[in-house]
This record gives sequence, C-alpha cells and structure tokens, in this order.
Amino acid sequence: MELNLSVMDDLERISFLLRGLYQDHGFSRYRMSKFEEYDLYSRNKDFLMSEGVITFNDPSGRLMALKPDVTLSIVKNGRDIGAGLRKLYYHENVYRVSPGEEEFREETQVGVECMGQVDGRALSETLRLAADSLELLSSRWVLEISHLDILEALTDALAAEDGMRERILACAGQKNLHGIREICREAGLAEGAEGSLLALLENYGPPRKVMPAIRRIAEENGCGDAARELGQILAPLMGSGLEDRLWVDFSATGGLKYYNGIAFKGFLEGIPEPVLSGGQYDRLMRRLGRKDRAVGFAVFLHRLERLNREGGHAE
Amino acid sequence: MRREGTESPESMLNVALPKGRLGEKVYQLFAEAGFECPAVLENSRKLIFENPEAGVRYFWVKPSDVAIYVARGAADIGVAGKDILLEYRPDVYELMDLGIGKCRMAVAAPVGFEEDGARTLRVATKFSRIARDYYAGMGRDIDIIHLNGSIEIAPILGLSDVIVDIVETGTTLRENHLEVRETIVPISTRLIANKSGFKFKRAAVERLMKGLGGQNG
Repeated sequence: MELNLSVMDDLERISFLLRGLYQDHGFSRYRMSKFEEYDLYSRNKDFLMSEGVITFNDPSGRLMALKPDVTLSIVKNGRDIGAGLRKLYYHENVYRVSPGEEEFREETQVGVECMGQVDGRALSETLRLAADSLELLSSRWVLEISHLDILEALTDALAAEDGMRERILACAGQKNLHGIREICREAGLAEGAEGSLLALLENYGPPRKVMPAIRRIAEENGCGDAARELGQILAPLMGSGLEDRLWVDFSATGGLKYYNGIAFKGFLEGIPEPVLSGGQYDRLMRRLGRKDRAVGFAVFLHRLERLNREGGHAE
Repeated sequence: MRREGTESPESMLNVALPKGRLGEKVYQLFAEAGFECPAVLENSRKLIFENPEAGVRYFWVKPSDVAIYVARGAADIGVAGKDILLEYRPDVYELMDLGIGKCRMAVAAPVGFEEDGARTLRVATKFSRIARDYYAGMGRDIDIIHLNGSIEIAPILGLSDVIVDIVETGTTLRENHLEVRETIVPISTRLIANKSGFKFKRAAVERLMKGLGGQNG
C-alpha cells in the first residue's frame, strides 16, 4: 500500500519538508526523551523561553521535568568532538508557558544544532539554512541578524553594573532608543555617551546598505574584529537572491550568559511573532562543561498555523 | 511571482488608537504627519475607519488593550502608556516617546501615615507587576491587593496601607486625604509596533515617525 500524502495537514507537510532540507544538508536525526531532570532547567532558568516547567517525581523520587527546551538536553547529553562538526536535527514537542501567557502549551519545533569546530563557514551555512527554511515556508520573509559581541562591547562601555546592562539590552531589543538615553541620563553619563550604541541600533536593513556604517561604528569602539567576522559570515549569502530579505538588525538580542557571536530571528509576513530563532551558544556550552563551539536554530511550527499559504512553497 | 524587497504589497498601515481624549490627540498628531482619516473624529459608533489614499486604517480600542492588538499583529502599530508596557511587558518595539499623556506611577498613602517596617505592607493597585518589582528592588515584604478601580478608597477603608497608582495632577489623592510618598516611574505615551509587521511595513512606519519628529526620521 502506498503512502497517501494528502492525509497530511499543512504543519505535518512543513515539518517533513524541513526535515528533508536538513537531512539533505548532512544533518542527522536526534531523538530524545520527553523528560529531563529538573535540575538542568533550574540551573539554566534564564535560557528557557518558558516562564514555568512542568515537574513530577519519577518512581525513584527524582524530580523530573517535561522538556521546556531541546537545546539544553542536546548539549548536556552530547560529548565534545574537537575537530569536525556534529550536525543534528530534531523534531520535538516542548511544554512551555510563553511570556505573557498563563497556561502551559505543547509546542512543536523542528531545529538544527551544529557543534564542534564551528567556524565562519559553518556559521554562514547555518544562516543560509535558516534563510532556506524561511523560503520553504513563504516568499515573504525577513531574517534579522545581529552580532552579540558588538552589542555587548557597546553596552559594556555604558553599563557599570549588571542591572543597567540588562535594562539597556532590553531597550535594544525593543528599538527603544529614548529608553537607552533615559537610562544613561539617570546614570549620570556624559551627554551623548550612548551615541555609538544608538547609531548601531539605527542602522538596520539589508547588509549592503548598513554594513559600512556598522564596520565604522565597531572599529571606533574597539570591536572591529566582530564586524569583520559578521561581514565574512554574510558574504557567501550576497548574490544568492536572498540578500534583500536579510536584515542586519542589532535589536535581535539574546541572553549574554548563554549566547555570543551571531544571533538571528526569522519573520514571515502575517505571523506576528518570530517563527525562527537561533544563534551561537558557545557560552551555554561552557556553562555545561563543554569545549566545542555551537550554533543552531529552531522553527516554531505552532506559530505557522495561520500561515497564508498563497505566498508559501509548502504546497 | 516574487516581489522585490520586503515591503508589503498590502499598503494599509493598521493603527490601534486608545479610545478617549488621548487617542483623539494622538490621531491629530498622526494626521499632521500625513496619515489623515477625517472620519475617525466623526461622532459615530463605528470603531474602524480607513483612508486608502493615505494608506491607513485606524481602530479604537480600550487603552489597556492596545498593546495586545499590536503584540498579536491585529495592529501594526499602536499608542500605549508606559504603565501598560511595564505592567504587561508585550513583546513589541517601543519606537518613540510621544511626550504626551504625561503622569507618574507613584506610591500614595493617607496623609500622616507612618510605615511600620516590622509588618508586611499591604499595597492596593491595578499594577501588580510594577508594584511587586518596585518593592522587590527594596527587599520589602508586601501583600498585593489587586483592584480594578477606585484604588484611592482602599487605604481609607483599611483594605490596604498604601496604593500604587497613576498620579496626574494629584487632585483625586488630595480629595481622598492621600499624598504621594514616592514616585516609581514617570509615564508618558509611547508609539509601539509589532516586531513582524514593522519588517514588512517599514517605509510607512518610518514615514510616520519622521512626521512625528522621531529618532529614525
């Protein structure tokens, strides 16, 4: 009996298309248990996208959790390989309370993790794969990309303590430039001290338009290496036909305890929240005792339920 | 067929305005910035108005709901008080401080009230999160009493020791024998945008911001 593909709904079709894409790019399937010891999440609470975790005691009395996240489990259960790359993809359910919501939800995500000797080429390929994932879903997408080392350097130049740093980064994520001015004024910084950070945040858009200014700002603030690295990571994507839908945008932030280097988020027209989120997480690897470098992203399938299929390719 | 760039072919900019005098004032600012839709100010029960020529669609919503419409993408942009943004923390861009609707979030208590640091402080408020964050920053043990209105009567009736609420002129406080003890944060009206909508209607949003004299203009 042949498999009747018409029985699949849109989300099932999309998940298989994404899995096929990742498999074609040399990623192998990673399967995991639905449960993990709660301790892993309590020690890395800020990493979670969830405001809560469903816990229970297993028969031996250990406090367990229904997974609110996939990456933490992959990092914890993996081993360093040093040279080369370990490329994994997953298709898993997670259990979360999203910020602003009050109920737990089961959410499905498909994603990739690339660990090992993650160099500029691996980062470019991951960005390209993220762009190809969005292209598979719709022709109307934007992938915003930032480099957290640049954002961190410019923020640290202003913030004397962690609380101020977090407030500035929160404002950066909201394109709230007046908020950053206010924080710096309250802290008694010299007028205009925040100028470089504001200029960085104001320069968003396709790389060919904004990268010259970003390189200049980064050079002037002692983080030219990171801007050059960002340029090199983006270079292979220029001329691909996708470049107008890549936005360099430093409002794409991430928790600096876990993330470093490039961070990115994918948006589809008509879907109010990002449908894809990813970046480098070498710092998370170090926190969990790993030496390898790592980059990855997830596509949030539950956010695609209202996708207007007219512009999509998933059919 | 592929469309060039990321600008949406749907030219309408969807704007959620807060019902009331503040919303009318905001509309005037938007109209002066080139996003006119005169029907908005007509005295009718209609809630949605559009002007295809100016590429704008306005709708009136309850002020505390504006951020929900924007975060959920029903509106591309909206206008909300900083109090609402601090209390509900919607995942939106906060693009401009419009400098109107100025007031402050404050702690107020009956005139002559002396706080007993040895007892849990009972705080009546509509803004539980703001109050909790404020007192947590001071390490103060509090009991939040969430109310939806007439906050000022809570200390008079012995329901709470203090209140955390918006103070504009202070007249209501004075009339109820209350006084401001601390200002928590200044409040004003902000232009907010949906993070996804902004990507696809960037030109229109930036044109509006430029018209409003904003930072990206």
